[in-house]
Amino acid sequence: MEILKQIAEALQQGDDEKTRALANDAVAQHATAKRILDDGLIAGMNVVSEQFKKQDIFLPDVLLAARAMYAGLDVIKPLLLQEKVQPQGRVVIGSVQGDQHDIGKNLVGIMLKGAGFEVTDLGNDVAPERFVETAQSENAQVIGMSALLTTTMPAMKRTVDLLAAQGLTGKVKTIVGGAPVTAEYARSIGADAYGYDATNAVEQVRRLVKGE
Amino acid sequence: MLRPFLERIRQGEVLLADGALGTMLMQRGLRSGASPDEFVLTQPTVLQDIAREYLAAGAEIMVTDTFGASPLKLAAYGLAEKAGEINRRAVELMRSIVGDKAYVFADIGPSGRIVKPYGDTEPGAIAASFEQQMQVLVEAGVDAFCLETMIDLAEARLAILAAKKVAPAIPIVATVTFEKRRKGFFTVMGSSIRQVAEGLAEVGANVIGANCSSGIEQMVEIARELRAATKLPLSIRPNAGLPEVTEAGTCYPETEEFMAAKLPELLDAGVSIVGGCCGTTPEHIRAFRQVLDLRAGR
Repeated sequence: MEILKQIAEALQQGDDEKTRALANDAVAQHATAKRILDDGLIAGMNVVSEQFKKQDIFLPDVLLAARAMYAGLDVIKPLLLQEKVQPQGRVVIGSVQGDQHDIGKNLVGIMLKGAGFEVTDLGNDVAPERFVETAQSENAQVIGMSALLTTTMPAMKRTVDLLAAQGLTGKVKTIVGGAPVTAEYARSIGADAYGYDATNAVEQVRRLVKGE
Repeated sequence: MLRPFLERIRQGEVLLADGALGTMLMQRGLRSGASPDEFVLTQPTVLQDIAREYLAAGAEIMVTDTFGASPLKLAAYGLAEKAGEINRRAVELMRSIVGDKAYVFADIGPSGRIVKPYGDTEPGAIAASFEQQMQVLVEAGVDAFCLETMIDLAEARLAILAAKKVAPAIPIVATVTFEKRRKGFFTVMGSSIRQVAEGLAEVGANVIGANCSSGIEQMVEIARELRAATKLPLSIRPNAGLPEVTEAGTCYPETEEFMAAKLPELLDAGVSIVGGCCGTTPEHIRAFRQVLDLRAGR
């Protein structure tokens, strides 16, 4: 359907009004919500994500594309429920306890939603207990933690440890990231994955959800 | 009484600023997730001790502990109501140590919010937050506004315009953080060095430059590009490299010997203010002082 391609293009241009209008048109033309999501919104975000990874575009372009994506998602959300479309997976994300920085975490949230995941964003300064409780109440497979400060990184380990103490290791997987975080650090605290940037984080979450 | 620093810069002097504060505070018990600016109220003597060390190391520009003390940024810590008190006390504390031996620069960092349409915050709200902070700082008696670690040119320009409105006579030093990308140096929000130089000059910055970013070698490259892009004096404050997390804690790889050895390249690029950002210490500043004195034939 031509209109799905137009949705993807409007999203790439960061035009939220146009994306919303086109999504409504697509619904009127009897496109399923699943197709609008997969071939319109996700297809568009895939391109944005790829361009960002290649450094052809910058953060503001991604933020505008995200705004357009949310406009489109608002239109199809009730239909997705009606069609019983399952998300790619459920992820709880947040900046760890003590950390007030959220640009990186927000970017990961955008990219995850843009890849079809259901994301619960707990915001900044999230305590380990809150990560674990929310993961259970939301039935999430993955907890994603972000830190910009070396001083707040230990809170990542406390969350991993809390999952272990509650017998949830392996049931709820963990992924960590943020400027000072490294793959070695992720391994050393027992996290299941490390995302070195937002697009990589999505690939890693996909892998974790598949149980790889 | 010190001569105005801009006059000294115009006459070709290079002025030495202090080094890192945040990483020094972490070594002195700054709790993870706490506001570094709250130290002004809770542990003033720690700040005074650090100021004494930098002064003794030879810094002539001392920067206040107000980087995150705009009401918007403090709100993230539930401290917005203390903005006035923190900013005023921070200047008083610094002045109590340096007297008229050094310039007191008021540190002003990003609001932590992203301006519409990219984020959710109205430009007016960001401007108002900077104006409130600057009003207190200028009443407390500062020699300059020192905007640092700006990642969004639009926000930096809002801050400069706020300064011009609140205190048109106070000089503005505005430094930005750049990342090396495939196509050169850019801010996180995608502005090139040339765009930053033009954008800051246009609204009236007196000195522009870069801070944080990475180690001193990349800063030399950034300084050269800035020099080619502007006639304004430059201020450059590099990190002691990028932090490395080890089992022993966080460490910054660039030693004072290493950074001091590279300093002449920075000076040759045409820089008027040098100092340190994250990971630098009074030892780094002392080593810089020796290089500067040697060059000045002192």
